[in-house]
Amino acid sequence: MKKIEAIFKPFKLDEVKEALTTVGIKGMTVSEVKGYGRQKGHKEIYRGAEYVIDFVQKIKIEIVIESDMVRTVIDAIVGSAKTGSIGDGKIFISNIEEAVRIRTGETGKKAI
Amino acid sequence: MFNKNVINLFTIVLVLQIPSIVFGGDNTIDTGTTSWMLTSTALVLLMVPGLAMFYGGLVRTKNVLATMMHSFIAIAIIGVLWTVCGYSLTFGKSILGGFIGWNNDYFFLNGIDNSIINGVPEYVIAMFQGKFAIITPALISGAIAERVSFRGYIMFIVLWFLFIYSPLCHWIWAEDGWLYNMGASGVIDLAGGLVIHVSAGISALVLAILLGKRKGYPKNIMSPNNLVMTMMGAGLLWVGWFGFNAGSTVQSGLDTARALTMTQVSAASGAMTWMIIEALMFRKATALGFVSGILAGLVVITPAAGVVQPIGALALGAMSSVLCYYALVFKNKMGYDDSLDCFGIHGVGSGLGVIILCFFIRDSWMQNAALSAETWTVWDQLFVQLKGMGATIALAGVGTTIIYYLVEKTIGFRIDEEKEMIGLDYSLHGEQGYGLINS
Repeated sequence: MKKIEAIFKPFKLDEVKEALTTVGIKGMTVSEVKGYGRQKGHKEIYRGAEYVIDFVQKIKIEIVIESDMVRTVIDAIVGSAKTGSIGDGKIFISNIEEAVRIRTGETGKKAI
Repeated sequence: MFNKNVINLFTIVLVLQIPSIVFGGDNTIDTGTTSWMLTSTALVLLMVPGLAMFYGGLVRTKNVLATMMHSFIAIAIIGVLWTVCGYSLTFGKSILGGFIGWNNDYFFLNGIDNSIINGVPEYVIAMFQGKFAIITPALISGAIAERVSFRGYIMFIVLWFLFIYSPLCHWIWAEDGWLYNMGASGVIDLAGGLVIHVSAGISALVLAILLGKRKGYPKNIMSPNNLVMTMMGAGLLWVGWFGFNAGSTVQSGLDTARALTMTQVSAASGAMTWMIIEALMFRKATALGFVSGILAGLVVITPAAGVVQPIGALALGAMSSVLCYYALVFKNKMGYDDSLDCFGIHGVGSGLGVIILCFFIRDSWMQNAALSAETWTVWDQLFVQLKGMGATIALAGVGTTIIYYLVEKTIGFRIDEEKEMIGLDYSLHGEQGYGLINS
């Protein structure tokens, strides 16, 4: 099993969810996060003064999938979250040892 | 014969009574005016939670409750002080050479149970005036947000109320106050341009400088935690301001209608102007800029709403937004930390109103003024206004400096650095405004 963490622009959430649903992903966890990378900050205006805000709003989704789905899922996220401008975000992939469904106690594939 | 005499006597008594019924004499309630003054009292009180929301939304998440408490606590502390001695100190007969007032009947409000003044129960007048005393120290809290101890703040507002607000209010609003009687018709300050906004603004500036900046200011941005709440607070302030200004006419008639109209016109003009400035400067009209414009328009008309006409109100609102905008730019250049811009908006905007209103006074007011003095020109009135301004700045500036040192050297005013970093909500009040994890 693999965990996919994808960080991207907030307004892309609906499109990403749509794309993932199309390739058969049945669940995900979403967080509102802040951070910066190459995009650096952005400017906000407070009472006549412009400030550079270092931490920019992003959305992070986490999904756990079977290993053979990785390529499909990444293509779906890249295809839907990309705008082509700086600050589009990143995807991280990691191994998952085990998963457990709390209600039934099922483990492994059945739990995801 | 006897009966006829009795009837005649009754007629005479009735006839004598009529003027007092019509004009709201000593023992008759003028229900119209009383109703409006009751409403105004409630509206002005509504401004305090409004101010709490306005300020509360502008600070960082960790200080939202402490900041809102700065406004709410004034309702309790000044509310009690006002009952004990505040009404007496402000609206009692002049004592100590006119420095302050005193009236034993007002001590604990114990002698006004049956009192009716011009058709309005005196309790209503006392409570209405008390609301102004409550909101004024709360305004100052904007300049010192996010870095003062709760008890230091409480000690400050108690002393500030007793030694700055009370004398100033007496000078300008009591019938035997020296500024009330200066020149042809006294200094013009309908609802507290000087008594409230300039005095709070000057004290705010002094405190912001003496207390020093918040840790990290201005290098770290202090992002507002909830501009939505700030918008709602601004809305409540605008609504409450009708009681503030129109209620200050202490009648329910022509002057009231004038004051209400000018308040609305100036606030709208101020908001529109600030929006235009930001659109030109940043190509964006911010919500915070818009509500700052509302406030700029409201504070400038506060002294002037009784004497200017709609064109004057439009002009004052617009001028106030321009001047306040540049006052905030100036603050950013100078680097002092008037955190929520109490001086930059209340002090500057209302100060502008106190001066510039002279050039927009309606003719009938000037003619009436000329009756009591032989001639009365705009420049004569301007001189009176400037004297009022000078007295206000001197009292607020010197008084606040002394009170600051008194508080700082005794129980401490500025909070220690660790508590400031943790946030006032948790370190002073033991709670947090948002984010209970088991919702």
